[in-house]
Amino acid sequence: MGNKLMMKLVVGTEAMFFVSLIMAFVYFSFGPGFKAQLLQHLDTKTTGIFTALLLSSSFTYWRAESNYEQGRMGRLKLWLILTLALGIVFLFGQGSEYLKLLNAHVSISSSSFGTSFFTLTGFHGLHVFAGLVIIGIITCLTFLGDYDQGQSSIIQTIGIYWHFVDIVWAVVFLIVYVAPYFV
Amino acid sequence: MMKEGFLEVPEPEEPIPDLSLSSSQGILQWISSVDHKQLGIMYLWLSVLFLVIGGIEILLVRLQLAAPNNHFIAPEMYNQLFTMHGTTMIFFVLTPAIFGFATYLLPLMIGANDLAFPRLNAFSLWATFFGGGLLYFSFIAGGAPDAGWFNYAPLNQYNYSSSLGIDYYCSGLLFAGIGTVTASVNFIVTILKYRVSSMSLKQMPLFVWMILINSFLVLAAFPSLNAALIMLLLDRQLHAHFFSATSGGSAILWQHLFWLFGHPEVYILILPIFGIFSEVFPVYSRKPIFGYAFVIGSGIAIALLAFGVWVHHMFATGLGNTVNSFFAASSLLIGVPTGVKIFNWLATMHGGAVRFRVSMLFAIAFLVEFTIGGLSGVSFAVVPIDWQLTDTYYVVAHLHYVFIGGSLFGLFSGLFYWFPKMSGRMLDERLSRWFFWLMVVGFNLTFLVQHALGAMGMPRRVYTYPDLPGWGILNLISTIGGFLMAVSVALLIYILVKAIRSGEKASSDPWDANTLEWMTSSPPALQNFDRVVPVKSTRPYRDYKRPDDADWNRPNKYGNIDGK
Repeated sequence: MGNKLMMKLVVGTEAMFFVSLIMAFVYFSFGPGFKAQLLQHLDTKTTGIFTALLLSSSFTYWRAESNYEQGRMGRLKLWLILTLALGIVFLFGQGSEYLKLLNAHVSISSSSFGTSFFTLTGFHGLHVFAGLVIIGIITCLTFLGDYDQGQSSIIQTIGIYWHFVDIVWAVVFLIVYVAPYFV
Repeated sequence: MMKEGFLEVPEPEEPIPDLSLSSSQGILQWISSVDHKQLGIMYLWLSVLFLVIGGIEILLVRLQLAAPNNHFIAPEMYNQLFTMHGTTMIFFVLTPAIFGFATYLLPLMIGANDLAFPRLNAFSLWATFFGGGLLYFSFIAGGAPDAGWFNYAPLNQYNYSSSLGIDYYCSGLLFAGIGTVTASVNFIVTILKYRVSSMSLKQMPLFVWMILINSFLVLAAFPSLNAALIMLLLDRQLHAHFFSATSGGSAILWQHLFWLFGHPEVYILILPIFGIFSEVFPVYSRKPIFGYAFVIGSGIAIALLAFGVWVHHMFATGLGNTVNSFFAASSLLIGVPTGVKIFNWLATMHGGAVRFRVSMLFAIAFLVEFTIGGLSGVSFAVVPIDWQLTDTYYVVAHLHYVFIGGSLFGLFSGLFYWFPKMSGRMLDERLSRWFFWLMVVGFNLTFLVQHALGAMGMPRRVYTYPDLPGWGILNLISTIGGFLMAVSVALLIYILVKAIRSGEKASSDPWDANTLEWMTSSPPALQNFDRVVPVKSTRPYRDYKRPDDADWNRPNKYGNIDGK
């Protein structure tokens, strides 16, 4: 009782956390040289592809949830594994982007662009990572038969978190990668 | 069963031992506890411990300021002491005390046997505990934080404060902040999902209502502090550029993020107190609260307004007249719902059979002191006055009138009200009155004169001052008052220990109270309730005791202003 409510509250307070980070990014983005660096170093197309993959992991998780509600354990396992795979690919994409930036000498200490970019996307990556750990655990538990009774609210509870992480990325992607081309 | 070599964690089986640490299973039972009553008590002891530490720090500061041109302590140490005093009192005294009362009382007041997530509850306590430990570890690690409790940039930057103190400030407050947020989540879920089935939201005790509102306030306010602390840690440890104005960062950003948290925080420290008073005034006046719905409504209004006023801490930073005017107006507005509450309590006393027990004395003292603090607060909302008085002792006087005259007096009021329930013992009434008068006199002696000092232009946070007319004598009075308060706190601890050791046994309902927590034994059994009376009004236990005069039986169920 109350698990889902708890997760909604946690997600609410996390949203406020990201609002602070996003505000700092937007604030700094009006500084001199910020936009030029951003446009020079960020690859919107490649990140866009990884964004699409992350957003589709919300879809796969949603399929997992509804299969669980209908008691189809086999499909539940399949969709959970797909979700995990998509999340891991996204993190891999983020890692390779970071590597590219670091090779171009853009780091957290190089400029206010580096500072706010790495902090904002890094904290989102951390949330994706935490979500993957949690989904990894429930996937293992699914294989061990913990949810066979169909009584647990845990799959939906974790779902609230995972969909939240994806929504945050949609916002971050729009603000960091897309908006500079229009503003 | 248990594997060889594993330590068997004792499950609590007997009633909670009362406030002391002694139990048949020793301290391990406390450390491993997930019982909300034990955790609540540990929160309260944690706050007493830090009250003593934070108090000693400020006594040293007051000694240094007792005379002009004094050289009792070095300036570096002075900065560390006042910084640690403020940080300790806000994050490790007032906050844990409030959360201790909430943790202890919420389930009892709503007829539940525990919080929604007992283990998360234990996590919240220990996160707060380790946060405090981390903060104080900085003394050993080469120097405590020394940039004030608000830790302004650029003072918090590495080139101004190169000891590790501020890094410990960040990590300690992060820990404690996470504990506060998780506790608030726990409270909200408990209140909304675990009330006894017959209790509607409109029948909840007002303390529970204020905790509910407060918890939402915590969830909305703390993330910006946490974000700011993380950014500062990145600045200091990984050479990021958030707050350093020389390399593209912004010092004002720190102030925005900090006060976006910090202003709601001062309401986080007062809303639950309003809840405590809304329990205390009716019981000791033998009347229902006047304007139950107004108390809730004004609480919600305060919580919402709290987020629209943070810039009034920054009037002097040069943000421009438009910004200042907007935030001046919103700051003046917040006096309205607060005033509504004051009149709710005055009207509750009006015509009642008032019993002047120590708890009620603190409640009445609060009305006076908090009103003074509120009025000096309103004077800051007027921008030109703020420009004149900001960063003087007038601010120090104001904030202590609301933090001590408001929050701390409320906590004392709650302590004297609920102590018999928590410990099963009565406090020594005569000594308690001594404590009350020493505290009130000491408090006013310390801080009333600081209004004058501030108006005379004495800046805050200076470690010494020249021998200007009046400054020396007023500071001396202030220091004497501070020591009077210290004596009173020592007396309080003596009273508490004495009562726990050998106090008179308390009945389950010594004050003839109204709410469910007084139905169970004192101290409550491990399982709070076997059964609970059906809740049909805001005073369910009174209804049960006086069925002929029950609230739900009367045509005008809340009574009229002259009381029943």
